[in-house]
Amino acid sequence: MPTPPVPDADTRPFWEGVAEGELRLQRCDDCRQAIFYPRSICPHCQGSSVSWFTAAGTGTVHTYTVAHRAFGDAAKEVPFAVALVDLDEGARMMSRITGDPAAVSIGARVRMAPETFEGADGAFALPYFRIDGGGA
Amino acid sequence: MTAGASRRRAAIAGVAESDLGKTPQHTVLSQQAQAATAALKESGLGFGDVDALFCAGNMGFAPPMAMAEYLGLQVDWLDGTNIGGSSFEAHVGHAAAAIEAGMIDVALITYGSTQRTDRSRGAAGPATLGSQFERPYGLPMPVGAYALAAMRHMHSYGTTSEQLAEIAVSARDWALLNPKAFHHGSGKLTVDDVLASGFIAEPLHKLDCCLVTDGGGAVVMVAEDRWADLAVRPVEVLGHAETSTHAQISEMPDVTVTGAARSGPEALKRAGVSHADIDLLAIYDSFTITVLMTLESLGFCKPGEGADFVAGGRTGPGGEIPMNTNGGGLSYCHPGMYGIFLLIEAARQLRGECGDRQVDGAELALVNGTGGVLSSTSTVILGRG
Ligand SMILES: [Zn+2]
Repeated sequence: MPTPPVPDADTRPFWEGVAEGELRLQRCDDCRQAIFYPRSICPHCQGSSVSWFTAAGTGTVHTYTVAHRAFGDAAKEVPFAVALVDLDEGARMMSRITGDPAAVSIGARVRMAPETFEGADGAFALPYFRIDGGGA
Repeated sequence: MTAGASRRRAAIAGVAESDLGKTPQHTVLSQQAQAATAALKESGLGFGDVDALFCAGNMGFAPPMAMAEYLGLQVDWLDGTNIGGSSFEAHVGHAAAAIEAGMIDVALITYGSTQRTDRSRGAAGPATLGSQFERPYGLPMPVGAYALAAMRHMHSYGTTSEQLAEIAVSARDWALLNPKAFHHGSGKLTVDDVLASGFIAEPLHKLDCCLVTDGGGAVVMVAEDRWADLAVRPVEVLGHAETSTHAQISEMPDVTVTGAARSGPEALKRAGVSHADIDLLAIYDSFTITVLMTLESLGFCKPGEGADFVAGGRTGPGGEIPMNTNGGGLSYCHPGMYGIFLLIEAARQLRGECGDRQVDGAELALVNGTGGVLSSTSTVILGRG
Protein backbone atom coordinates (compact mmCIF):
# COMPACT_ATOMS: atom_id res chain seq x y z
CA MET A 1 0.00 0.00 0.00
CA PRO A 2 1.25 3.52 -0.77
CA THR A 3 2.22 5.91 2.04
CA PRO A 4 -1.08 7.74 2.72
CA PRO A 5 -1.10 11.53 2.35
CA VAL A 6 -1.89 13.48 5.53
CA PRO A 7 -4.41 16.16 4.47
CA ASP A 8 -4.29 19.44 6.39
CA ALA A 9 -6.02 22.82 6.52
CA ASP A 10 -4.33 23.89 3.27
CA THR A 11 -4.88 20.71 1.30
CA ARG A 12 -8.13 19.04 2.44
CA PRO A 13 -10.22 20.32 -0.51
CA PHE A 14 -7.71 18.82 -2.93
CA TRP A 15 -7.87 15.33 -1.38
CA GLU A 16 -11.67 15.49 -1.07
CA GLY A 17 -11.75 16.27 -4.80
CA VAL A 18 -9.54 13.32 -5.69
CA ALA A 19 -11.84 11.02 -3.72
CA GLU A 20 -14.71 12.32 -5.88
CA GLY A 21 -12.71 11.91 -9.10
CA GLU A 22 -11.97 15.61 -9.54
CA LEU A 23 -8.67 17.49 -9.76
CA ARG A 24 -9.13 20.64 -7.70
CA LEU A 25 -6.47 23.33 -7.93
CA GLN A 26 -6.12 26.86 -6.68
CA ARG A 27 -5.80 30.05 -8.69
CA CYS A 28 -4.39 33.33 -7.39
CA ASP A 29 -7.01 36.08 -7.31
CA ASP A 30 -4.29 38.66 -7.98
CA CYS A 31 -1.96 37.28 -10.68
CA ARG A 32 -4.47 34.66 -11.95
CA GLN A 33 -1.83 31.92 -12.13
CA ALA A 34 -2.66 28.33 -11.17
CA ILE A 35 -1.15 27.08 -7.91
CA PHE A 36 -0.05 23.59 -6.94
CA TYR A 37 0.50 22.29 -4.29
CA PRO A 38 -2.38 23.97 -2.41
CA ARG A 39 -1.36 26.67 0.06
CA SER A 40 -2.46 29.88 1.72
CA ILE A 41 -0.19 32.24 -0.21
CA CYS A 42 0.46 32.58 -3.93
CA PRO A 43 4.02 31.35 -4.60
CA HIS A 44 4.11 33.45 -7.81
CA CYS A 45 3.23 36.89 -6.40
CA GLN A 46 2.84 36.27 -2.64
CA GLY A 47 -0.77 37.40 -2.81
CA SER A 48 -2.90 36.10 0.05
CA SER A 49 -6.14 35.58 -1.82
CA VAL A 50 -6.51 32.23 -3.59
CA SER A 51 -9.59 30.41 -4.89
CA TRP A 52 -10.31 26.76 -5.67
CA PHE A 53 -11.42 25.59 -9.10
CA THR A 54 -11.86 22.22 -10.78
CA ALA A 55 -9.24 21.46 -13.42
CA ALA A 56 -9.69 19.25 -16.46
CA GLY A 57 -7.42 16.54 -15.06
CA THR A 58 -5.34 16.45 -18.23
CA GLY A 59 -1.74 17.34 -18.91
CA THR A 60 1.57 16.54 -20.56
CA VAL A 61 4.53 14.56 -19.23
CA HIS A 62 7.34 17.07 -18.56
CA THR A 63 9.74 14.37 -17.40
CA TYR A 64 9.52 10.90 -15.88
CA THR A 65 11.52 8.05 -14.46
CA VAL A 66 10.95 4.34 -14.14
CA ALA A 67 11.88 3.14 -10.67
CA HIS A 68 13.59 -0.25 -10.51
CA ARG A 69 14.28 0.00 -6.77
CA ALA A 70 12.14 1.53 -4.06
CA PHE A 71 11.77 1.61 -0.29
CA GLY A 72 9.01 0.00 1.75
CA ASP A 73 5.86 -1.33 0.07
CA ALA A 74 6.72 0.45 -3.19
CA ALA A 75 9.57 -2.05 -3.65
CA LYS A 76 6.93 -4.69 -4.45
CA GLU A 77 5.62 -2.63 -7.35
CA VAL A 78 8.79 -2.06 -9.39
CA PRO A 79 9.18 -1.24 -12.18
CA PHE A 80 6.76 1.69 -12.08
CA ALA A 81 6.69 5.11 -13.75
CA VAL A 82 6.54 8.43 -11.90
CA ALA A 83 6.26 11.69 -13.83
CA LEU A 84 6.15 15.42 -13.39
CA VAL A 85 2.95 16.35 -15.21
CA ASP A 86 2.40 19.83 -16.61
CA LEU A 87 -1.34 20.31 -16.11
CA ASP A 88 -3.19 22.11 -18.87
CA GLU A 89 -4.11 24.90 -16.44
CA GLY A 90 -0.43 25.69 -15.89
CA ALA A 91 0.65 23.97 -12.67
CA ARG A 92 3.06 21.03 -12.36
CA MET A 93 2.51 17.98 -10.16
CA MET A 94 4.11 14.62 -9.47
CA SER A 95 2.15 11.43 -9.97
CA ARG A 96 2.32 7.79 -10.95
CA ILE A 97 1.64 6.98 -14.57
CA THR A 98 -0.13 3.62 -14.42
CA GLY A 99 -0.04 0.96 -17.10
CA ASP A 100 3.07 -0.17 -18.99
CA PRO A 101 6.05 1.98 -17.87
CA ALA A 102 7.59 1.52 -21.33
CA ALA A 103 4.65 3.44 -22.82
CA VAL A 104 5.57 6.64 -20.95
CA SER A 105 7.52 9.35 -22.76
CA ILE A 106 8.23 13.04 -22.39
CA GLY A 107 5.49 14.99 -24.13
CA ALA A 108 2.91 12.21 -23.78
CA ARG A 109 -0.65 13.35 -23.02
CA VAL A 110 -2.00 12.02 -19.73
CA ARG A 111 -5.31 12.05 -17.92
CA MET A 112 -6.03 11.68 -14.19
CA ALA A 113 -7.38 8.28 -13.19
CA PRO A 114 -7.55 8.14 -9.37
CA GLU A 115 -7.07 4.88 -7.53
CA THR A 116 -8.42 4.11 -4.07
CA PHE A 117 -6.55 2.24 -1.33
CA GLU A 118 -7.60 0.82 2.02
CA GLY A 119 -5.28 2.29 4.62
CA ALA A 120 -4.99 1.47 8.32
CA ASP A 121 -6.84 4.73 9.04
CA GLY A 122 -9.44 4.36 6.30
CA ALA A 123 -9.66 4.60 2.53
CA PHE A 124 -7.76 7.21 0.56
CA ALA A 125 -7.49 8.04 -3.14
CA LEU A 126 -4.40 9.11 -5.08
CA PRO A 127 -4.56 11.15 -8.30
CA TYR A 128 -2.71 8.67 -10.49
CA PHE A 129 -2.57 9.41 -14.21
CA ARG A 130 -2.63 7.20 -17.29
CA ILE A 131 -1.59 7.76 -20.86
CA ASP A 132 -4.52 9.49 -22.56
CA GLY A 133 -5.70 7.22 -25.35
CA GLY A 134 -8.01 9.94 -26.62
CA GLY A 135 -11.18 8.26 -25.35
CA ALA A 136 -13.40 9.21 -22.40
CA MET B 1 32.44 40.78 0.72
CA THR B 2 33.63 43.09 -2.02
CA ALA B 3 36.82 42.04 -3.73
CA GLY B 4 39.78 44.25 -2.96
CA ALA B 5 38.03 46.17 -0.22
CA SER B 6 39.69 46.27 3.14
CA ARG B 7 37.90 43.74 5.31
CA ARG B 8 38.74 41.34 8.08
CA ARG B 9 39.64 38.20 6.18
CA ALA B 10 38.69 34.61 7.07
CA ALA B 11 40.57 31.42 6.31
CA ILE B 12 40.15 27.69 6.66
CA ALA B 13 42.87 26.41 8.98
CA GLY B 14 42.61 22.79 10.16
CA VAL B 15 40.51 20.20 8.36
CA ALA B 16 39.95 16.53 9.19
CA GLU B 17 37.82 13.48 8.55
CA SER B 18 36.70 11.07 11.24
CA ASP B 19 36.93 7.33 10.57
CA LEU B 20 35.12 6.67 7.28
CA GLY B 21 33.36 3.72 5.67
CA LYS B 22 31.53 1.53 8.19
CA THR B 23 32.04 2.75 11.74
CA PRO B 24 29.97 0.76 14.28
CA GLN B 25 32.45 1.95 16.96
CA HIS B 26 31.11 5.50 16.56
CA THR B 27 28.05 7.51 17.38
CA VAL B 28 27.22 10.53 15.25
CA LEU B 29 28.61 12.67 18.10
CA SER B 30 31.86 10.76 18.69
CA GLN B 31 32.63 10.98 14.97
CA GLN B 32 32.39 14.75 15.10
CA ALA B 33 34.44 14.93 18.30
CA GLN B 34 37.15 12.85 16.63
CA ALA B 35 37.20 15.05 13.52
CA ALA B 36 37.05 18.29 15.53
CA THR B 37 39.95 17.22 17.74
CA ALA B 38 42.07 16.38 14.70
CA ALA B 39 41.17 19.55 12.81
CA LEU B 40 41.95 21.80 15.78
CA LYS B 41 45.22 19.96 16.44
CA GLU B 42 46.23 20.40 12.81
CA SER B 43 45.44 24.11 12.97
CA GLY B 44 47.54 24.60 16.11
CA LEU B 45 44.53 25.79 18.12
CA GLY B 46 42.54 24.20 20.94
CA PHE B 47 38.88 23.84 21.91
CA GLY B 48 39.35 26.83 24.22
CA ASP B 49 39.90 29.04 21.19
CA VAL B 50 36.56 28.11 19.58
CA ASP B 51 33.92 30.82 19.90
CA ALA B 52 31.45 29.67 17.22
CA LEU B 53 29.94 26.27 16.38
CA PHE B 54 28.23 25.28 13.13
CA CYS B 55 26.34 21.95 12.86
CA ALA B 56 23.87 20.83 10.20
CA GLY B 57 22.28 17.87 11.90
CA ASN B 58 21.76 14.12 12.18
CA MET B 59 21.44 14.36 15.94
CA GLY B 60 17.87 15.18 16.77
CA PHE B 61 16.53 18.42 18.11
CA ALA B 62 18.82 21.51 17.93
CA PRO B 63 22.05 19.94 16.65
CA PRO B 64 24.45 22.79 17.60
CA MET B 65 23.26 22.56 21.23
CA ALA B 66 23.73 18.78 21.29
CA MET B 67 27.21 19.04 19.80
CA ALA B 68 28.33 21.86 22.09
CA GLU B 69 27.12 19.90 25.12
CA TYR B 70 28.93 16.73 24.04
CA LEU B 71 32.17 18.64 23.47
CA GLY B 72 31.77 20.54 26.77
CA LEU B 73 31.81 23.90 25.03
CA GLN B 74 29.90 27.08 25.72
CA VAL B 75 30.21 29.10 22.54
CA ASP B 76 28.88 32.57 21.80
CA TRP B 77 27.74 31.92 18.22
CA LEU B 78 25.64 28.95 17.10
CA ASP B 79 24.49 28.18 13.56
CA GLY B 80 22.36 25.14 12.76
CA THR B 81 21.66 25.99 9.14
CA ASN B 82 20.57 22.82 7.37
CA ILE B 83 20.05 23.13 3.62
CA GLY B 84 21.13 19.54 2.92
CA GLY B 85 24.53 18.60 1.54
CA SER B 86 25.51 22.19 0.77
CA SER B 87 25.08 23.24 4.42
CA PHE B 88 28.81 23.30 5.09
CA GLU B 89 29.62 25.66 2.23
CA ALA B 90 26.88 27.88 3.68
CA HIS B 91 28.49 27.54 7.12
CA VAL B 92 31.81 28.72 5.67
CA GLY B 93 30.06 31.73 4.16
CA HIS B 94 28.20 32.52 7.37
CA ALA B 95 31.37 32.12 9.47
CA ALA B 96 33.33 34.34 7.08
CA ALA B 97 30.65 37.02 7.36
CA ALA B 98 30.70 36.81 11.18
CA ILE B 99 34.51 37.00 11.17
CA GLU B 100 34.40 39.96 8.78
CA ALA B 101 31.92 41.69 11.09
CA GLY B 102 34.20 41.13 14.07
CA MET B 103 31.66 38.94 15.90
CA ILE B 104 33.82 35.78 16.11
CA ASP B 105 37.49 34.75 15.73
CA VAL B 106 37.52 30.96 15.53
CA ALA B 107 34.70 28.86 14.10
CA LEU B 108 34.32 25.08 14.27
CA ILE B 109 32.18 23.37 11.62
CA THR B 110 31.36 19.69 12.18
CA TYR B 111 29.36 16.90 10.56
CA GLY B 112 28.87 13.21 11.18
CA SER B 113 26.67 10.33 10.02
CA THR B 114 26.35 6.65 10.85
CA GLN B 115 23.84 5.95 8.07
CA ARG B 116 25.66 2.90 6.67
CA THR B 117 25.79 1.22 10.07
CA ASP B 118 22.24 2.31 10.94
CA ARG B 119 20.88 1.30 7.50
CA SER B 120 18.78 4.46 7.84
CA ARG B 121 18.95 5.76 4.27
CA GLY B 122 15.44 5.98 2.84
CA ALA B 123 13.66 5.91 6.18
CA ALA B 124 10.90 8.51 6.38
CA GLY B 125 7.90 9.48 8.48
CA PRO B 126 4.29 10.25 7.51
CA ALA B 127 3.57 12.18 4.29
CA THR B 128 2.78 15.57 5.81
CA LEU B 129 3.02 19.15 4.50
CA GLY B 130 4.61 19.33 1.04
CA SER B 131 5.65 15.68 1.09
CA GLN B 132 1.98 14.56 0.88
CA PHE B 133 2.28 15.44 -2.83
CA GLU B 134 5.35 13.28 -3.50
CA ARG B 135 5.83 10.46 -0.98
CA PRO B 136 2.60 8.56 -1.82
CA TYR B 137 3.95 7.90 -5.34
CA GLY B 138 6.75 5.74 -3.94
CA LEU B 139 9.69 7.18 -5.83
CA PRO B 140 12.96 6.32 -4.06
CA MET B 141 14.49 9.58 -2.88
CA PRO B 142 16.75 11.32 -3.49
CA VAL B 143 17.73 9.22 -6.54
CA GLY B 144 14.26 9.42 -8.12
CA ALA B 145 14.36 13.21 -8.19
CA TYR B 146 17.77 13.27 -9.84
CA ALA B 147 16.51 10.69 -12.35
CA LEU B 148 13.64 13.02 -13.29
CA ALA B 149 16.18 15.79 -13.93
CA ALA B 150 18.51 13.49 -15.88
CA MET B 151 15.68 12.24 -18.11
CA ARG B 152 14.72 15.79 -19.01
CA HIS B 153 18.36 16.78 -19.59
CA MET B 154 18.71 13.87 -22.01
CA HIS B 155 15.51 14.89 -23.77
CA SER B 156 16.53 18.55 -24.08
CA TYR B 157 20.19 18.13 -25.01
CA GLY B 158 20.73 14.57 -26.20
CA THR B 159 22.90 13.76 -23.17
CA THR B 160 23.60 10.01 -22.99
CA SER B 161 24.18 7.48 -20.23
CA GLU B 162 27.67 6.91 -21.64
CA GLN B 163 28.47 10.59 -21.16
CA LEU B 164 27.17 10.60 -17.58
CA ALA B 165 29.22 7.47 -16.86
CA GLU B 166 32.45 9.31 -17.69
CA ILE B 167 31.96 11.33 -14.50
CA ALA B 168 31.92 8.14 -12.42
CA VAL B 169 34.97 6.82 -14.30
CA SER B 170 37.04 9.95 -13.55
CA ALA B 171 35.94 9.90 -9.90
CA ARG B 172 37.15 6.31 -9.60
CA ASP B 173 40.49 7.20 -11.24
CA TRP B 174 41.00 9.82 -8.52
CA ALA B 175 39.93 7.39 -5.77
CA LEU B 176 42.65 4.97 -6.88
CA LEU B 177 45.13 7.70 -5.86
CA ASN B 178 43.50 8.40 -2.43
CA PRO B 179 44.26 5.83 0.31
CA LYS B 180 41.24 7.07 2.31
CA ALA B 181 38.80 6.43 -0.53
CA PHE B 182 36.20 3.67 -0.08
CA HIS B 183 37.05 2.42 -3.58
CA HIS B 184 40.82 3.00 -3.31
CA GLY B 185 41.50 -0.68 -3.88
CA SER B 186 38.57 -1.45 -6.17
CA GLY B 187 40.38 -1.01 -9.48
CA LYS B 188 39.48 1.06 -12.50
CA LEU B 189 35.91 1.59 -13.60
CA THR B 190 34.80 1.65 -17.24
CA VAL B 191 31.81 3.26 -18.92
CA ASP B 192 30.53 -0.26 -19.63
CA ASP B 193 30.77 -1.13 -15.92
CA VAL B 194 28.47 1.79 -15.12
CA LEU B 195 25.96 0.88 -17.84
CA ALA B 196 25.96 -2.77 -16.73
CA SER B 197 25.36 -1.94 -13.05
CA GLY B 198 21.56 -1.94 -13.43
CA PHE B 199 18.98 0.81 -13.24
CA ILE B 200 17.96 2.25 -9.89
CA ALA B 201 15.67 4.86 -11.45
CA GLU B 202 15.94 5.34 -15.21
CA PRO B 203 18.19 6.73 -16.61
CA LEU B 204 20.41 6.46 -13.52
CA HIS B 205 22.28 3.23 -12.84
CA LYS B 206 23.67 1.99 -9.55
CA LEU B 207 27.12 3.34 -10.42
CA ASP B 208 25.69 6.77 -11.33
CA CYS B 209 24.87 7.03 -7.61
CA CYS B 210 27.01 8.05 -4.66
CA LEU B 211 28.16 5.66 -1.99
CA VAL B 212 26.27 5.15 1.26
CA THR B 213 28.91 5.29 4.00
CA ASP B 214 29.44 6.43 7.57
CA GLY B 215 31.78 9.31 8.28
CA GLY B 216 32.30 12.75 9.70
CA GLY B 217 34.41 15.80 9.18
CA ALA B 218 35.45 19.09 10.71
CA VAL B 219 36.67 22.43 9.41
CA VAL B 220 38.24 25.17 11.55
CA MET B 221 37.97 28.77 10.37
CA VAL B 222 40.10 31.56 11.72
CA ALA B 223 40.11 35.37 11.50
CA GLU B 224 43.22 36.92 10.00
CA ASP B 225 44.29 38.35 13.36
CA ARG B 226 45.07 34.79 14.43
CA TRP B 227 46.74 33.49 11.26
CA ALA B 228 50.21 34.02 12.75
CA ASP B 229 49.33 31.48 15.48
CA LEU B 230 48.46 28.72 13.01
CA ALA B 231 50.41 25.52 12.49
CA VAL B 232 49.18 25.30 8.88
CA ARG B 233 49.07 27.65 5.93
CA PRO B 234 45.67 29.40 5.96
CA VAL B 235 43.39 28.83 2.96
CA GLU B 236 41.57 32.08 2.42
CA VAL B 237 37.83 32.30 1.84
CA LEU B 238 37.63 34.73 -1.08
CA GLY B 239 33.94 34.59 -1.89
CA HIS B 240 30.71 32.82 -1.05
CA ALA B 241 27.08 32.79 -2.18
CA GLU B 242 24.14 30.48 -1.58
CA THR B 243 20.56 30.02 -2.68
CA SER B 244 17.60 27.67 -2.59
CA THR B 245 15.25 27.16 -5.53
CA HIS B 246 12.83 24.58 -4.09
CA ALA B 247 12.59 21.76 -1.55
CA GLN B 248 10.79 19.07 -3.58
CA ILE B 249 11.65 18.14 -7.17
CA SER B 250 8.12 18.85 -8.44
CA GLU B 251 8.67 22.51 -7.43
CA MET B 252 12.05 22.94 -9.19
CA PRO B 253 11.69 25.92 -11.55
CA ASP B 254 13.76 24.33 -14.37
CA VAL B 255 14.74 20.72 -13.73
CA THR B 256 17.92 21.09 -15.81
CA VAL B 257 19.32 24.22 -14.06
CA THR B 258 20.39 24.37 -10.40
CA GLY B 259 20.73 27.35 -8.08
CA ALA B 260 24.44 27.32 -8.92
CA ALA B 261 23.40 29.58 -11.79
CA ARG B 262 22.90 32.21 -9.06
CA SER B 263 25.39 31.24 -6.36
CA GLY B 264 28.28 30.45 -8.74
CA PRO B 265 28.59 33.76 -10.59
CA GLU B 266 27.90 35.69 -7.36
CA ALA B 267 30.65 33.87 -5.44
CA LEU B 268 33.11 34.45 -8.30
CA LYS B 269 32.18 38.12 -8.42
CA ARG B 270 32.65 38.55 -4.69
CA ALA B 271 36.07 36.87 -4.97
CA GLY B 272 36.99 39.07 -7.92
CA VAL B 273 37.96 36.10 -10.10
CA SER B 274 36.60 34.43 -13.23
CA HIS B 275 35.99 30.86 -14.38
CA ALA B 276 39.29 30.76 -16.26
CA ASP B 277 41.22 31.50 -13.05
CA ILE B 278 39.98 28.33 -11.28
CA ASP B 279 42.60 25.56 -10.95
CA LEU B 280 40.56 23.01 -9.07
CA LEU B 281 36.88 22.03 -8.88
CA ALA B 282 35.13 20.42 -5.92
CA ILE B 283 31.61 19.75 -7.18
CA TYR B 284 29.06 17.81 -5.14
CA ASP B 285 28.62 14.48 -6.92
CA SER B 286 25.64 12.84 -5.28
CA PHE B 287 24.88 11.49 -8.75
CA THR B 288 26.65 11.85 -12.09
CA ILE B 289 23.87 14.15 -13.33
CA THR B 290 24.45 16.48 -10.36
CA VAL B 291 27.95 17.23 -11.64
CA LEU B 292 26.89 17.73 -15.25
CA MET B 293 24.09 20.14 -14.38
CA THR B 294 26.20 21.98 -11.81
CA LEU B 295 29.06 22.63 -14.26
CA GLU B 296 26.55 24.04 -16.74
CA SER B 297 24.73 26.08 -14.11
CA LEU B 298 27.97 27.49 -12.70
CA GLY B 299 28.78 28.71 -16.20
CA PHE B 300 31.86 26.58 -16.93
CA CYS B 301 30.07 25.64 -20.14
CA LYS B 302 26.73 26.33 -21.79
CA PRO B 303 23.53 24.40 -20.99
CA GLY B 304 23.77 21.07 -22.77
CA GLU B 305 27.57 21.19 -23.08
CA GLY B 306 28.37 19.57 -19.73
CA ALA B 307 28.94 16.20 -21.41
CA ASP B 308 31.68 17.65 -23.62
CA PHE B 309 33.20 19.41 -20.60
CA VAL B 310 33.80 16.13 -18.74
CA ALA B 311 34.53 13.95 -21.80
CA GLY B 312 37.76 12.05 -22.27
CA GLY B 313 38.97 12.32 -18.68
CA ARG B 314 39.19 16.14 -18.80
CA THR B 315 38.34 16.28 -15.07
CA GLY B 316 40.31 13.17 -14.10
CA PRO B 317 43.96 12.76 -13.04
CA GLY B 318 46.20 14.59 -15.50
CA GLY B 319 43.17 16.28 -17.09
CA GLU B 320 42.82 19.94 -17.97
CA ILE B 321 40.50 20.84 -15.09
CA PRO B 322 40.91 18.49 -12.10
CA MET B 323 37.63 17.83 -10.28
CA ASN B 324 36.78 15.88 -7.12
CA THR B 325 40.35 14.77 -6.58
CA ASN B 326 39.53 12.71 -3.46
CA GLY B 327 37.34 10.38 -5.52
CA GLY B 328 34.13 12.25 -4.67
CA GLY B 329 30.87 11.02 -3.26
CA LEU B 330 30.92 8.46 -6.05
CA SER B 331 34.12 6.66 -4.98
CA TYR B 332 35.58 8.18 -1.76
CA CYS B 333 32.78 8.50 0.79
CA HIS B 334 29.23 9.82 1.08
CA PRO B 335 27.76 9.92 4.58
CA GLY B 336 24.44 11.60 3.77
CA MET B 337 25.45 15.24 3.61
CA TYR B 338 28.77 15.26 1.79
CA GLY B 339 29.55 18.98 1.44
CA ILE B 340 32.10 19.17 4.27
CA PHE B 341 34.37 16.74 2.44
CA LEU B 342 34.52 19.03 -0.61
CA LEU B 343 36.00 21.71 1.65
CA ILE B 344 38.45 19.32 3.32
CA GLU B 345 39.86 18.15 -0.01
CA ALA B 346 40.06 21.63 -1.54
CA ALA B 347 41.95 22.93 1.51
CA ARG B 348 44.44 20.05 1.36
CA GLN B 349 45.00 20.55 -2.37
CA LEU B 350 45.59 24.28 -1.93
CA ARG B 351 48.10 23.48 0.84
CA GLY B 352 49.86 21.01 -1.47
CA GLU B 353 49.42 17.98 0.80
CA CYS B 354 47.77 15.49 -1.53
CA GLY B 355 50.67 13.25 -2.51
CA ASP B 356 49.95 11.09 -5.56
CA ARG B 357 46.82 13.04 -6.40
CA GLN B 358 48.25 16.53 -5.81
CA VAL B 359 47.30 19.03 -8.51
CA ASP B 360 50.47 20.94 -9.37
CA GLY B 361 50.23 24.67 -8.79
CA ALA B 362 46.65 24.63 -7.47
CA GLU B 363 46.05 28.16 -6.16
CA LEU B 364 42.35 28.79 -6.62
CA ALA B 365 39.50 26.34 -6.00
CA LEU B 366 35.77 26.53 -6.60
CA VAL B 367 33.73 24.44 -4.16
CA ASN B 368 30.04 23.90 -4.92
CA GLY B 369 27.69 22.10 -2.58
CA THR B 370 24.25 20.92 -3.67
CA GLY B 371 21.62 20.00 -1.11
CA GLY B 372 18.28 18.24 -1.05
CA VAL B 373 17.06 17.26 -4.50
CA LEU B 374 19.07 19.83 -6.51
CA SER B 375 17.36 22.24 -4.10
CA SER B 376 20.04 24.38 -2.51
CA THR B 377 23.47 25.38 -3.70
CA SER B 378 26.31 27.11 -1.94
CA THR B 379 29.49 28.12 -3.73
CA VAL B 380 32.79 28.99 -2.03
CA ILE B 381 35.95 30.30 -3.68
CA LEU B 382 39.11 29.35 -1.81
CA GLY B 383 42.63 30.67 -2.41
CA ARG B 384 46.06 29.46 -1.33
CA GLY B 385 47.12 31.78 1.47
ZN1 LIG C 1 -0.32 35.41 -7.51
